[in-house]
Amino acid sequence: MKSRLTVYTFSILATLSLLSAALGCSSAEGAELQPPKERLKVATTTSLYESGLWGYLEPIFEEKYGVEVDILCAGTGIALEYGRRGDVDIITVHSKAGEEKFISEGYGVERVAFAYNYFLIVGPEDDPAGLKEMSAEDAFKKLAESKSGAFVSRGDDSGTYVREKAIWRSAGYDYEEITKAGNWYIEAGRGMGPTLLMASELKAYTLTDVGTYLTYKVKTELVPIVDKGSILLNVYSAIAVNPERNPKTNYEMANNLVNFLTSPEIQELIGNYGKKEYGISLFNPCAGAEPEE
Amino acid sequence: MTELWQGLVRAIELLISLDPEVFEIAGRSLLISVTSCSISALFSLPLGGLIHFYHFPGKRFLISTIQTLFSIPTVAVGLFVFVLFSQAGPLGGLNLMFTPVAMVIGQVILVTPIILGLIISALSGVDKAVPETAISLGATGFQVAILTLREARYAVLTALVMGFGRAISEIGIALMVGGNIKGFTRTLTTAISLETQKGDIELSIALGIILISIALVINLALSRIQQR
Repeated sequence: MKSRLTVYTFSILATLSLLSAALGCSSAEGAELQPPKERLKVATTTSLYESGLWGYLEPIFEEKYGVEVDILCAGTGIALEYGRRGDVDIITVHSKAGEEKFISEGYGVERVAFAYNYFLIVGPEDDPAGLKEMSAEDAFKKLAESKSGAFVSRGDDSGTYVREKAIWRSAGYDYEEITKAGNWYIEAGRGMGPTLLMASELKAYTLTDVGTYLTYKVKTELVPIVDKGSILLNVYSAIAVNPERNPKTNYEMANNLVNFLTSPEIQELIGNYGKKEYGISLFNPCAGAEPEE
Repeated sequence: MTELWQGLVRAIELLISLDPEVFEIAGRSLLISVTSCSISALFSLPLGGLIHFYHFPGKRFLISTIQTLFSIPTVAVGLFVFVLFSQAGPLGGLNLMFTPVAMVIGQVILVTPIILGLIISALSGVDKAVPETAISLGATGFQVAILTLREARYAVLTALVMGFGRAISEIGIALMVGGNIKGFTRTLTTAISLETQKGDIELSIALGIILISIALVINLALSRIQQR
């Protein structure tokens, strides 16, 4: 009786392990505990991932170079931190000041811009604070003074958040004061997608990149309120982690990725991405050169 | 309510159609959790026996420390393993960051207090007459230990299942040291989190139902064993 029980227990455990191992290995991509081939670790800002662009480009790059690409979806701040620590080989981010600091400190090799689009202020259709047709700075000013509408901020060290703070400064505010300004200002501390969903639930305004906004449009009830002005330009760039600083980094493959992203074929794919589905481009190609407003 | 219903329908669809990605993710979750619990059990069983059978100063304190660690936050363990295995950390040279191995290490740290603590209380629950009779009949210390362990087998099994439950449902470690990489470190919990962020609530609910089903099957199997 006792030994039968032991046999039972062990056979259940063994079946479970076998089952999970079989399930894990049955897929082509594999779930082996050890990495099977050369890997490239990419930390990307959420907007490039949640908009689906990375999911679209990843298999093309993997096929071309026979490499397994591991994509970590994080805000620009965390992506830069992964790069500093040497935990990834390359980062794709959108916060110029942070990127330049990253490079001047010796963590990155070169900042290569590969796509751009615009930030938008989106909000509920009835526009309770009456911000339509204003500049981004004036819109923020009116929001802070009239308090007639709520604003959801990323509040998470992302590129979008850095830009939001820049707009507040440009509008003549000390950002610290804004964070204490009252209930109308909400810090979400989450990615762009969840922030949009939250703004929609709360009937609030938020600052978003156009790519993520279009991807989430059907799931929210937000419309574009402000979409003009040079302060809203949003540039995405790729930076390979400096091998002198982090010798273990896969610099060669990271460089391949930079060249891949700026190559004419891929630039065309980036420019056309989402056109069919959303009617306009989510990203504009800008191979290697910084776009000017 | 319709979302919940559609999620249920979607879960059944995904299961019937043997959706390869869902099965891969579920398989990976199972593999990582079963591995973590097996490794933990491997040293928690002898260690639990040692702590139970030997008397030493600070034993009470040690046991309450282990019990306190039952509720250690998963993100705290995740952060600890991250700092340890990041390239900038002391064990960075092992190149384990953002791999399933790092997730297993984190989960072993997470479930060991539960498994160890419950094994110790399982052994304490055995009727004192059992070891005493065995000793009076001339059993060696090792034989007494094995006998007590046998008497406590159901409770020990419960310890393992509790550990497994904590491992398969955690997200802090999986996200922080696994990184939710598609096809490599994505588990059921991190996939649910990502799909919810992407606004695909139905798929999230479907994955959640699959996660609960795994727990259900394991618990049914356990109660079958205990009824014997």
